Amino acid sequence: MPVTRRDAMMIGGAAVAAAATGGNAAVPHQPPAPVAITLRVNGKARRLSIDPRVTLLDALREHLHLTGTKKGCDHGQCGACTVTVEGRRINSCLSLAVMHHGDAIGTIEGLGRPGALHPMQAAFVAHDGFQCGYCTPGQICSAVAMLAEIRAGIPSHVTDDLMQVAFSDAEVRERMSGNICRCAAYPNIVAAIRDVQEAGA
Amino acid sequence: MKFESPAGRNPIDQGRVVGVAQPRIDGPLKVSGLAPYSHEYHAEAPGVAYGVMLGAGIGKGRITAIDTSAAEAAPGVLLVLTYKNAPRQFDIGHAPPGSPAPKKGEKPGRHNAPQLQGPAIKHFDQSVALVVAESFEQARAAAQLVHVSYAAAPGKFDLAAEKQHGTVPEDAPDSVVGDFDAAFAAAPTTVDVTYTTPDQAHSMMEPQASMARWDGDTLTLWTSHQIVHWAVDGVAGTLGIPTDKVRVISAYVGGGFGSKLMIYGDPILAALAARQLGRPVKVALTRPQIYNHTSHRPATIQRLRLGADSNGKLLAIGHDVWCGNQPGGEPEKAADQTKLLYAGANRLLRTRQTLLDLPLGASMRAPGEAVGLLALECAMDELAEKLGIDPIELRIRNDTRYDPEKGPERPFSTRQLVECLRTGAERFGWSRRDPVPGKVRDGRWLIGYGVAAAIRNNLTVASGARVRLGGDGVLTIQTQMTDIGTGSYTILAQIGAEMLGLPIDKVRVELGDSSFPQAAGSGGSWGANSSGAGLFYACRNLRDAIAAKAGYNSTDVQFADGRISANGHSRSLAEIAGHDGIAAEGKVEFGDLTKQYAQAAFGAHFAEVAVDSITCEVRVRRMLSVCAAGRIINPQTARSQCLGGMAMGIGAALMEDQIVDTRFGYFVNHDLAEYHVPVHADIPDMEVIFLDELDDKSSPIKAKGVGELGICGVGAAVANAVHNATGARIRDYPLTLDRIMAKITVPAVA
Repeated sequence: MPVTRRDAMMIGGAAVAAAATGGNAAVPHQPPAPVAITLRVNGKARRLSIDPRVTLLDALREHLHLTGTKKGCDHGQCGACTVTVEGRRINSCLSLAVMHHGDAIGTIEGLGRPGALHPMQAAFVAHDGFQCGYCTPGQICSAVAMLAEIRAGIPSHVTDDLMQVAFSDAEVRERMSGNICRCAAYPNIVAAIRDVQEAGA
Repeated sequence: MKFESPAGRNPIDQGRVVGVAQPRIDGPLKVSGLAPYSHEYHAEAPGVAYGVMLGAGIGKGRITAIDTSAAEAAPGVLLVLTYKNAPRQFDIGHAPPGSPAPKKGEKPGRHNAPQLQGPAIKHFDQSVALVVAESFEQARAAAQLVHVSYAAAPGKFDLAAEKQHGTVPEDAPDSVVGDFDAAFAAAPTTVDVTYTTPDQAHSMMEPQASMARWDGDTLTLWTSHQIVHWAVDGVAGTLGIPTDKVRVISAYVGGGFGSKLMIYGDPILAALAARQLGRPVKVALTRPQIYNHTSHRPATIQRLRLGADSNGKLLAIGHDVWCGNQPGGEPEKAADQTKLLYAGANRLLRTRQTLLDLPLGASMRAPGEAVGLLALECAMDELAEKLGIDPIELRIRNDTRYDPEKGPERPFSTRQLVECLRTGAERFGWSRRDPVPGKVRDGRWLIGYGVAAAIRNNLTVASGARVRLGGDGVLTIQTQMTDIGTGSYTILAQIGAEMLGLPIDKVRVELGDSSFPQAAGSGGSWGANSSGAGLFYACRNLRDAIAAKAGYNSTDVQFADGRISANGHSRSLAEIAGHDGIAAEGKVEFGDLTKQYAQAAFGAHFAEVAVDSITCEVRVRRMLSVCAAGRIINPQTARSQCLGGMAMGIGAALMEDQIVDTRFGYFVNHDLAEYHVPVHADIPDMEVIFLDELDDKSSPIKAKGVGELGICGVGAAVANAVHNATGARIRDYPLTLDRIMAKITVPAVA
């Protein structure tokens, strides 16, 4: 059936009404009191007395000196800060540390170390799944959690049959698109993830 | 050692370690998060304070009032610096005290970047204050309490409106060969087309970040920089202190693409605050600040005029470039590749640079060629279509063996453009392309093939290294060279291993520290070849020292399997090195072989795109690049460099665009949500083929660069593929779907 472009756009382009919420939150003049929290980071309980404005990302990097988790944008746009919280991947820059009292946090340092790398880390080295290395910990944490999501049957935008969620390169590319790599090691990252999937299948 | 005559056979030619795919030796540290980037040195800076920079909220004008009282009273605040209290610094034109006279044509203190020196605002997000506090959160909150009032002045923000005022840049004079006007007027087939390329942002993943610590009058600066001695010069020059009082460490750099060839607010403000407070201070730019505070690839307007005879032989080549920049800023030399890529007797290349009040334009991956080829290689496609000649054939017919401006007395050292095109055509399946747009369909998708040639000038830069063989048989390499993701750690280990006959796990590489010998650094694709050549000479000196200590005649010795041997005798290197070890240094300097020979890397890029016939969305389905770039030291890391360039080229073709608000003079889309770069879903599997090549005129290791070649021409191949798919010839980058929709000539299918 012939369709005009205008027809298609009319059908497909639902109007989105964006509600503009005002941004000017008042800046507090009194320092917020520190909050005592415990984070279970890579299986270890880490007690912190922390400014409630500290993001989970900065708690890891600046307070626990776990600098493997990277700050690329601090706005949830790049994925370099990806960690797992209770097994689910999140952007740690978009979450405050005080929201995670008692939570299990997984960072790159918990996956493996030189000489005892996690299979995903080893596959990234073997396939050259990185260049500058700055997005890499986030890519790896994201990839490990992403494979678990596929195994759990969680669908994505490119899943054809919601009852048959299965691994594919297209699924990987879709699900990993929140992790930007400006060096663009993308084909190598997909190859590394494919390797780990096949080895584990 | 001066490299001034073609290299003969040497140990690098053994190809035992060099030329073999080698996983990165820094890989395990990077994948485990243990490689430290500049903001991450906790042990080195106990009691560090955090600085947050505040950027100007206008594009041009002046600060009329600045009130820091609330910020100064805020909890945890240690210092607020503005132009009213910042120490005096030195601008470009002032070299660090005691430095040697600059080289001919170089401005003294050319890397200087003074901050907070007065109320004048030259560009958006220029630093206007630094707030330092005990914690990052305190500094960030207090920075919002600094109240700045401005008087905005009218500025020049629109290149198209200003281009008529352009003048000839000092370093891009007109290039005139033959009589272009007459030849173009007489040519039976011509194209006369104008392309535009937008401002683009490097958008490397690691923001600019610096940590400063003073020990007495000596500054140690951990910063993210591509060329360590430029950072030393820039910081020392700006602060007015000798360069030997500044140590810069850039051991790991989270991407640069040219952005980190310069220094910005972070190292200077960190150094000033750390000196004043007597404790270490670190300052990282925020992601949104990067786009307007730092540099970018400037926009261009390019007019291409090509005239050919009926066989497609170019009779006239005209390339006019208009660009703009801040006063003192460099031109975007988008006509450079047109000097060398094709034959043709009548040539006219002109660049006109105009003043703009936008943030500083500077180098981004393949400055000049990357945008120049976006225009030239599409114009060639347009010419091929007009002539009815296959675009690959047209390029082959205009191949040249020598610099077409200088003549046969300046031949190319190597040039395999034709081989790249032919190999690629075969491997890609070019014969399946239908030259008539819109003929190949896959459901509602229109399929198109595109090709473009690639050229990147081969630059060489002096570079040194220090090597030491220890009693444990381990070779340690130290050089200021940086690894910005390019693979320097690994390829230098390969060169060291090859030269000394060691396995690669017996080589340790230490980079990016100004206490090591000065090196080429990472820029202009010169890093691998130049720093590798410097290391080559250092290793040669070490081989001589080892042979001498072993009592062997150094002319007939072999280094293999961790041993030195000659005349049937053999000794272990570890044993000769002994307790004290043996050390040597070496340095390469380059003679005039780049003048005698035109030196460049060549390539051909092939793209297949699918364009949705209804929405005009473009998907790149596959890409192939064939490259000829001298010796490929490590095929694995070199391939990754090309993949990265190809993806950035796809970004340039389809999405990357720093949108200028010409009312207020700033880049509107200044973060990674709004400035789009390719993500996983945008990039298909891509293939790279390296042709065998050694360039003995380039250096003793016979290599050239690939990091920039990978992006050169890619966007044009994509744009040509979009044309082949849709019939739409888009001459304004990027090729967003609205632009395609306005010009598509093929009907929609459901």
